[in-house]
Amino acid sequence: MDTFQNNIDKLTDHLFRQQSGKMVAVLAKVFGTENLQVAEDVVQDTLLQAMEIWKLKGAPDNPSAWLYRVAKNKAIDILRRNKFSVQYDFSDNDRILLQSEYTMSTVMENLWKEEMVQDDLLRMMFACCHPDISEENQITLILKTLCGFSTAEIARSFLTTEDTISKRLYRTKEFFRERKIRPEFPPTDHLKSRANAVLRTIYLIFNEGYNSTHTDVMIRKDLLEQAMYLCDQLCSNVHTRLPEVYAAMALMCFHAARIDSRMGGEGEIILLPKQDRSKWNTQLICDGSAYLDKAAIGSEVSSYHIEAAIAFEHCAAPRFGDTNWAHILVLYTWLDAIAPSTIVQLNRLTVIGKVHGNEAVLQEIEQSARIPEWEKHFLYHSILGEIYSSTDKEKALLCYEKAVQLTQSISEKKLLRKKIAMLGTMTK
Amino acid sequence: MKQYMFLFRGGDAHAPGQSPEVQQAHMQLWMQWMGGLAQSGKLIGAQPLAQTGKILTGTKKVVTDGPFMEGKEMVGGYLMCKADTYDEAVEVAKGCPILVFEDGKVEVREMQEIKM
Repeated sequence: MDTFQNNIDKLTDHLFRQQSGKMVAVLAKVFGTENLQVAEDVVQDTLLQAMEIWKLKGAPDNPSAWLYRVAKNKAIDILRRNKFSVQYDFSDNDRILLQSEYTMSTVMENLWKEEMVQDDLLRMMFACCHPDISEENQITLILKTLCGFSTAEIARSFLTTEDTISKRLYRTKEFFRERKIRPEFPPTDHLKSRANAVLRTIYLIFNEGYNSTHTDVMIRKDLLEQAMYLCDQLCSNVHTRLPEVYAAMALMCFHAARIDSRMGGEGEIILLPKQDRSKWNTQLICDGSAYLDKAAIGSEVSSYHIEAAIAFEHCAAPRFGDTNWAHILVLYTWLDAIAPSTIVQLNRLTVIGKVHGNEAVLQEIEQSARIPEWEKHFLYHSILGEIYSSTDKEKALLCYEKAVQLTQSISEKKLLRKKIAMLGTMTK
Repeated sequence: MKQYMFLFRGGDAHAPGQSPEVQQAHMQLWMQWMGGLAQSGKLIGAQPLAQTGKILTGTKKVVTDGPFMEGKEMVGGYLMCKADTYDEAVEVAKGCPILVFEDGKVEVREMQEIKM
């Protein structure tokens, strides 16, 4: 029974992530984005019903089709009950057919066709990236409504509280309601900026899967797949295949190529020097290189270009010792200039250590004005722990312990505790 | 631009004995026709009507139950749309799927403005 339960949980976890966004995107078309909450509620109801029924009877042969059918029927019920309600605006040329019984079922049937659903997801992502919504609110909304993220998971990705995230979501939904934002591809002159916001979100989804801060299952391949699938959609669409889109796709390929070697048997992180490079997916590395070639059109260099170049340097080194750290340092310095962030700066510190040694890292830290920001991140303390481990064990221990406190990732915690344990054996 | 009402009679695609496939194919025709109207922004609204009904008559408001006449004479549904002239409205009505049935009828009526 337990195994059965586990299987259902595994299936629903994966499937719900994949399908909830698509269903919300379709339902947003049905009810209008001003009623996004109704769309989300229908999806939530559908998923709950699936959980209840599948637990008793087992999952159906085609779970996605089951979910679509249930969501569709729930939507039809709501439309019938509210045919003349002012809450729903049927004046829209696309939606007027949903008001008439002559056409409602047929329209609904057509809306749930797989090829339509996929485009709807993209259109909805663009709607979420409306220029009048702040970037952080855009990303929050996409993660919540289209990627099936919980408020808690988003809060952790943003290093903020659930309350803040809830407020952001509320405000953004108000905006949708007031402005009746339509899910559609943006006009050409806005395409670039909007595609970039979409891209950022896709990359966040990817990172959520790659670094997975909130569960024992370290690598959420479904998240990686979903992010890469979405990015691939942007790559295959004539309007959205921008250089930075290709670059982001390349970056994700290079990262994804290495995930199998990044995780140990107990879900622990295996660091780059110890990774079994024969496990790296050469096909994905080749795909990534091909995308990187395509990304080289135009003169603009995005952060994705540089990050992809860094990831490529790692992929290109046959052994850890062959890594071209000097070039990677140049790339990190460049990256920090065009897209400064705590994580980039901390990674750069690590690379400085590789090229110039620990003393150089400490000097760099001494000269930096960024320490207050760095101190909030576990990686900063982990780096210091690493540096002090050979000179001052007690200091190293304090650093590692601080790092353990600051990370929410179970696998990072494991890794840090391992380092702490090693300090102990070295002292003895 | 004027408004017209189409009243549909006869041509019941949902008559007992029709297979779901035939019914679905028929609804696809409604979808195409009304979809075209919606796309051009001329569709105002449309609904099928149930086979039951009540009729109220005169000052005494006498209520009688339907059905009041033979099925094919009953109004089975309506559609409201915009058109410039009767000719245009009639052209639009020619596409109505009810006319795939020999006994199907579309009555085209222009909405009247009451001038006081």
